Amino acid sequence: MSRQSGLGRACLGLIRRDLLCVSRHRAEAANPLLFFAMVATIFPIALGPDPKVLAAIGPGAIWASALLSTLLSLEGMFRPDLEDGSIEQLLLCPHPLPVLVLAKVCAHWLATGLPLLLLTPLLALQFGLTMESTTTLLLSLVLGTPALSLLGAVGVALTVGLRGAGLLLALLLLPLYLPILIFATGAGGAVQRGLAPSAHLNMLTALLVLALTLAPIAAAAALRVRG
Amino acid sequence: MSPERATAITEPSLSVSGLECRRGERLVFSNLDIDLQAGEVLQISGPNGSGKTTLLRAIAGLTPPTAGEVRWCGRRIDEGRVEFLRDLAYLGHADGVKAELTVWEDLEVAEALRGGGLPIPDALDRLGLTELADTLGRYLSAGQRRRLALCRILTSGARLWLLDEPFTTLDEAAITTVGHRLEERAERGGLAIVTSHHPLPIDHARLLRLAA
Repeated sequence: MSRQSGLGRACLGLIRRDLLCVSRHRAEAANPLLFFAMVATIFPIALGPDPKVLAAIGPGAIWASALLSTLLSLEGMFRPDLEDGSIEQLLLCPHPLPVLVLAKVCAHWLATGLPLLLLTPLLALQFGLTMESTTTLLLSLVLGTPALSLLGAVGVALTVGLRGAGLLLALLLLPLYLPILIFATGAGGAVQRGLAPSAHLNMLTALLVLALTLAPIAAAAALRVRG
Repeated sequence: MSPERATAITEPSLSVSGLECRRGERLVFSNLDIDLQAGEVLQISGPNGSGKTTLLRAIAGLTPPTAGEVRWCGRRIDEGRVEFLRDLAYLGHADGVKAELTVWEDLEVAEALRGGGLPIPDALDRLGLTELADTLGRYLSAGQRRRLALCRILTSGARLWLLDEPFTTLDEAAITTVGHRLEERAERGGLAIVTSHHPLPIDHARLLRLAA
């Protein structure tokens, strides 16, 4: 007889499965990242070479690109599971569904949010961001992108498999994403005016904690209805 | 506690009473009662659209019924949800096989999510998939995918099997094998409900016919 499965083992198993699937589908998985790099590159080209303008819009432009690229990648979180039927197995697991959803979000962030973070210092160069600006930008992305994935899980769980889900998803999520975007770019603005970004970053942390506690529960409930 | 009493408590049983399910406005079935004891296998048959899948999903708790209740070992399944799920293995229409994973990896995930049944090599052996252990899901035939889904059930220690058309796309040898596995499970006190149009390849299966 093999071991009964514990919750930790189940979560690690899920994360490993999702990352394996992504790693064997590299071309598709790279799309959101390429999109991120492209959009963030178009801004400096379109707006001209004035270093002042570029440094001023840099964090905002990178954040807007990150948000759009996350939106693009969200569908992949639950759509394959719904299509091949493995969602039923997930729903019928003897483990709390919100925790399993959290594991899936974790895998999604590792596959999409983390690469985005790693690319950011390079993109920051295009805007001529100072060291301090870049660090704040990275910090805001570390706090913000997991929140984007978490809130996104709720939206995808609600819309996955519907016709025209893409636009509906964007409509549903953009209002929820706006506070994150405002505080994240607020942190960048504060640094440029010579102020401490900590107030904005604290608010971002609060939003992340809120998303971390509520989003998995909401997404799990939505999946139960849809599954 | 005497040993007799201990087995009486762990002896699994499923009772469905007054179950009613609707799909949209349409009444699929109503006032359905099932009483299943340890070691029993129940076949559900009936024409297309008679609610076989709906019934299995209702018993599994995937689609809540509009009336009636399902009890596992005497407890309502929505109250003792975790204990029920620990004992439940469900095979739906879809096999839930990932195209990007090998057969072995697929079973590893299944074991991580549930476990408690046969070790993976034994489960593979029982359904004749040992040779395909390193094959990606995308290269499996429909029948092989079905067998992998059944393998998954063997790796779980579940005592209640709900199988929705397990024999579709299976060849005759595989159907016989699955029959053996069902009998094996029933002999060890398991319960199974199987929807199928064809007679089950086992002796002593009870039959429930759903009307259109």
